[in-house]
Amino acid sequence: MLKYILKRLLHMIPILLGITLISFAVIHLAPGKPTDLMLQLNPKVDFEAREKLNRIYGFDKPLYVQYLNWMKKLSRLDFGKSFIDNRPVIEKIRERLPITIFINVLAMTTIFLLSIPIGIKSAVRRGSVFDKTTTVFVFLGFAAPSFWLGLLLMSFFGVRLGILPVSGIASLDFENFSTLGKIADVSKHLILPVAVASIGGLAGVSRYMRQSMLNVISQDYIKTARAKGLPEKTVIYKHALRNALLPIITILGLSIPGLISGSVILETIFSIPGMGRLMVESVFTRDYNVIMAGLVISALLTLIGNLIADIAYVHADPRIRYKR
Amino acid sequence: MKKLFRNKLTVFGAGIILFLLIVAIFAPQISRYDPTYIDIKEALLRPSAEHLLGTDSLGRDLFSRMVYAARIALLIGFVAVGLAAVIGVILGSVAGYFGGKIDSLIMRFADIMLCFPRFFLILAVIAVVGPNIFNVMIIIGLTGWMGMARLIRAEILSLKIRDYVSASRALGASDVFIITRHLIPNGIGPVLVSFVFGVAGAILTEAGLSFLGLGVQPPNPSWGNILMEGKAVLGVAWWVILFPGLAILITVLAFNLVGEGLRDSLNPKQG
Repeated sequence: MLKYILKRLLHMIPILLGITLISFAVIHLAPGKPTDLMLQLNPKVDFEAREKLNRIYGFDKPLYVQYLNWMKKLSRLDFGKSFIDNRPVIEKIRERLPITIFINVLAMTTIFLLSIPIGIKSAVRRGSVFDKTTTVFVFLGFAAPSFWLGLLLMSFFGVRLGILPVSGIASLDFENFSTLGKIADVSKHLILPVAVASIGGLAGVSRYMRQSMLNVISQDYIKTARAKGLPEKTVIYKHALRNALLPIITILGLSIPGLISGSVILETIFSIPGMGRLMVESVFTRDYNVIMAGLVISALLTLIGNLIADIAYVHADPRIRYKR
Repeated sequence: MKKLFRNKLTVFGAGIILFLLIVAIFAPQISRYDPTYIDIKEALLRPSAEHLLGTDSLGRDLFSRMVYAARIALLIGFVAVGLAAVIGVILGSVAGYFGGKIDSLIMRFADIMLCFPRFFLILAVIAVVGPNIFNVMIIIGLTGWMGMARLIRAEILSLKIRDYVSASRALGASDVFIITRHLIPNGIGPVLVSFVFGVAGAILTEAGLSFLGLGVQPPNPSWGNILMEGKAVLGVAWWVILFPGLAILITVLAFNLVGEGLRDSLNPKQG
């Protein structure tokens, strides 16, 4: 197992390098210098000022020198300074990232707690009313834009009923609450965002779970278990479930980039100060150091997520473990 | 093909797509008002015979805006995914056919691209090149080819060792001929399925970008930016929020249904 993990870590090195290369290229290879666009908003800036700005940010040097300089700083986790407020980028990200990760972990937990039983039930009772209803729900869940659902939920629970807050992650007078009150307050703020973040994934994972379960229960060893006279519950939950869950572990890993992508819009609708919101703000202000850092870190999160999923898979499936 | 039309849901989806295409093509004839004409006196009118879907906060006719937005959504969807398909098929078939170093180079590149949450990557490029219809189209295309490259590569890996390919080569066919005349036509099926799902995804992505104000720019209408403007009148004018969302939902649903049907018809194993 340790050997496997080490091997996977070694494989990650070229991919990491590629991630930094693409993150850098995206910003620097596009036509024009980043400073051109920065100055577009202000036509009064003359040539001299432009040159000065280029020098400050190092845009006058050849690209590979810029890349190497950036990488050198990156290896010390230094992403440079924000163009907007001159604060170190890493500091800004450190404030924002935990919120995004927290919401996504909650969303993922919700997705798996709900979609696994739903998937099992629709597979076991294939063609039943329950199965048909969930299939319709799955198609709608796939097709509905999350920001629209967010707006609808907001206008219903937040504006019409007025029972749930519609923005931020805590009330203004948060500091005055007791510990229990604080937890209740944050939970109240998180209900709608987590619900919206979960819907797409819920549809997808329950669909996969259904398919995976269907594949497993058509296999011979399930027939054997039934022929032995085992109760259906034992057959499904003891024999079939373990194998049916395996592909879901992979799906868990694969769903991470989608969740992170989703947090951009989610955090914007609900005014949550997370990583996605930071990314949008930085795009509007063309804060390139933050954007590059956002790209690198989000890709890194995906990579780590996939690694964890792969390790979990190997851990869970003895057939793979013993083959090595 | 027969099996494809036996499935009612697929036909239903195809019908909706056809309807949307007609709406998009004949947008000027269908809409009664200029979608960008502002008349503050007429702001936030409820749906009526005069304004079928009401008006927005600037008094523009919502129905006309929705119709023109359909045009933009479909244009972006098809062009973006078309671009992705061209890139994906070229890179994937080259990788699959030639194998070796070229293969691992291209596929590693695809792996790395797939590490990025796509929306982050798209946003980063938009920060540099600026948001407009053309850029959104190109960027969605450039960030969406990886899946298709993988699919066509896998197909070609299994097709290139078939006898008819060896026979063609023995008759003196060039690599380009074999790839374009034998391998791609036989292995394109999964890419077509992915194309249809891709259009759905691209339309969602465009709507999301426009909702953030980083896609189609006002006064050009997009379902996404109509929703963005609707957010400001949340709780006051339900129609500004309800209709564009429904339009996105139905469009994406239609493409997903057709994609699903297409996949089933190509895969005889699944019933």
